[in-house]
Amino acid sequence: MSQTDSWGSRVGLILAMAGNAVGLGNFLRFPVQAIQNGGGAFIIPYLVCFLLMGIPLLWVEWAMGRFGGRKGNHSTPFILHEMDPKRALWKYIGVFGIFTNIAVAAYYCYLESWTLSYVWHSIAGSFNGQSAEQVAAFFGDYININTSTTGIPFEPIVFWLICLFLNTWILAQGLSGGVEKVAKIGMPLLIIFGIVLAVMGVTLKAGHHGAVNDGTMGLNFLWTPDYSSIWSAKVWLAAAGQIFFTLSVGMGSIQCYASYVKKKDDIALNAMSAGWMNEFVEVVLGASIIIPISIGYLGIEKVVELTQTGGLGLGFKTLPYLFTQWGPTLGMIAGVCWFGLLFFAGITSSLAMGTPVMGFLENEFGWKRKPAAWFFGIIVLVLGLPTVLYFNEGVFDEYDYWAGTVGLVVFALAEIILFAWVFGMDKGWKEITTGADIQVPLAYRFIIKFVTPLFIGGVFFASLPGIWEKITATGLPWQVHGARALLLLMFLTISWFVRVAYLKRLAKLKHSKA
Amino acid sequence: MNSSALTLMVLSMGTVTALTAYFFYRVLTAPQRPEPDSYTDDDE
Repeated sequence: MSQTDSWGSRVGLILAMAGNAVGLGNFLRFPVQAIQNGGGAFIIPYLVCFLLMGIPLLWVEWAMGRFGGRKGNHSTPFILHEMDPKRALWKYIGVFGIFTNIAVAAYYCYLESWTLSYVWHSIAGSFNGQSAEQVAAFFGDYININTSTTGIPFEPIVFWLICLFLNTWILAQGLSGGVEKVAKIGMPLLIIFGIVLAVMGVTLKAGHHGAVNDGTMGLNFLWTPDYSSIWSAKVWLAAAGQIFFTLSVGMGSIQCYASYVKKKDDIALNAMSAGWMNEFVEVVLGASIIIPISIGYLGIEKVVELTQTGGLGLGFKTLPYLFTQWGPTLGMIAGVCWFGLLFFAGITSSLAMGTPVMGFLENEFGWKRKPAAWFFGIIVLVLGLPTVLYFNEGVFDEYDYWAGTVGLVVFALAEIILFAWVFGMDKGWKEITTGADIQVPLAYRFIIKFVTPLFIGGVFFASLPGIWEKITATGLPWQVHGARALLLLMFLTISWFVRVAYLKRLAKLKHSKA
Repeated sequence: MNSSALTLMVLSMGTVTALTAYFFYRVLTAPQRPEPDSYTDDDE
């Protein structure tokens, strides 16, 4: 994204930011987390974490972005550097804001391509007449590159390449010409599809179309509170983790989008609007689709069993079969709505992952927008190929863990310390409130300085045993070690690019003084 | 649905929907800033 690039409209920016946050996790992860952590009572720690960690982080990242953009920086290495120019360390911590985006895009585009492929299969009626076991096995056949469910050779690779091309082409059109247009179409469609499915799920009646339970039984199960769970540290950690990942904080993409907002324009209301839009999609739509429909057909015990392996299985292996119970036409509509909404949720997020990388190449190395977009596409292709070829060996999960989980927490902890304690809350508060179209509650000055860092620190320290377990695990396949080496190599390469860019800046400064 | 589940669901969904609508309404009705602002669609 070039320095002259800009947003077309305020609504477009908010939809793009909301699209960045809304992802597959809103529909697949949130309801499963709720079921596993106290049912309806999960919403209490979840909303508390949103107020004390999510909203502060959103304001901090928007403020950092706008601050950096004023000085011509559109990616985190030099946004962080501008906030504390005396310490060299920050620009290397800012590397996370590029590394995470590339690494997450590398596996996320593959996930996105499944949704695109399943839209196709829903239209083609591939699941009609199949048993539940056959539909579940279909997914395994699909991701196995040696088998083809359409007759197209190397089918998952073909859909993945289409997805990657689509992302790259849209990014090459720029912010207002590409990213914003997709958000303006994708987000309303996602909400419409979500409402259609939620209505279908909630109005499901036992005895109709083969359902054994009412859809409301699923809602009842999901929302019945187990208040004793509120005192469990595990539930609070799960809630904090969910808030973290649903808002796409700690990635560097919010800073990049916000860096195109001018100094006197609002960020406080924009951040609230985009953040609450994400919550609407998650709490209202996300909770009303997958669980009511699944419990309607499979019953509570079976769904609880299926959720032990996460939401992906329910979304791709179970739901397509359940949709076929509604007949070919209604089943096709439901399939297109479900996988279509997952696709839009995915692409609006993956586009946000490309912009910081492009911003860095354009700012520091003078690249034009189109070559920068294609470079991003090629990097994601190279880095993503192992996740496609060795999905069953755990490469996909490895990327997700190190970049999509650990990377986010480490970066968010560093950025909140930088903002609240190094940059300072006086300057920080001014950055958040300048041009604000709402009154930002003064309590958030205290929350950002003390409470949010403690929350993120808690999430970080709680994840340390898991990290240690991962590092010391033995008997892993060579592909997992290869994935780790590839991620490390990429982090070091980006750090080296940041070093080169910094030296270039110094040379330019010397030259202008001479 | 049992009453505690229904209450919690209606309260949570109602609050989230109302706040989403409120903040989006505030965005739509906020006065436009003098140029140069961040957005190109409203440029002359």
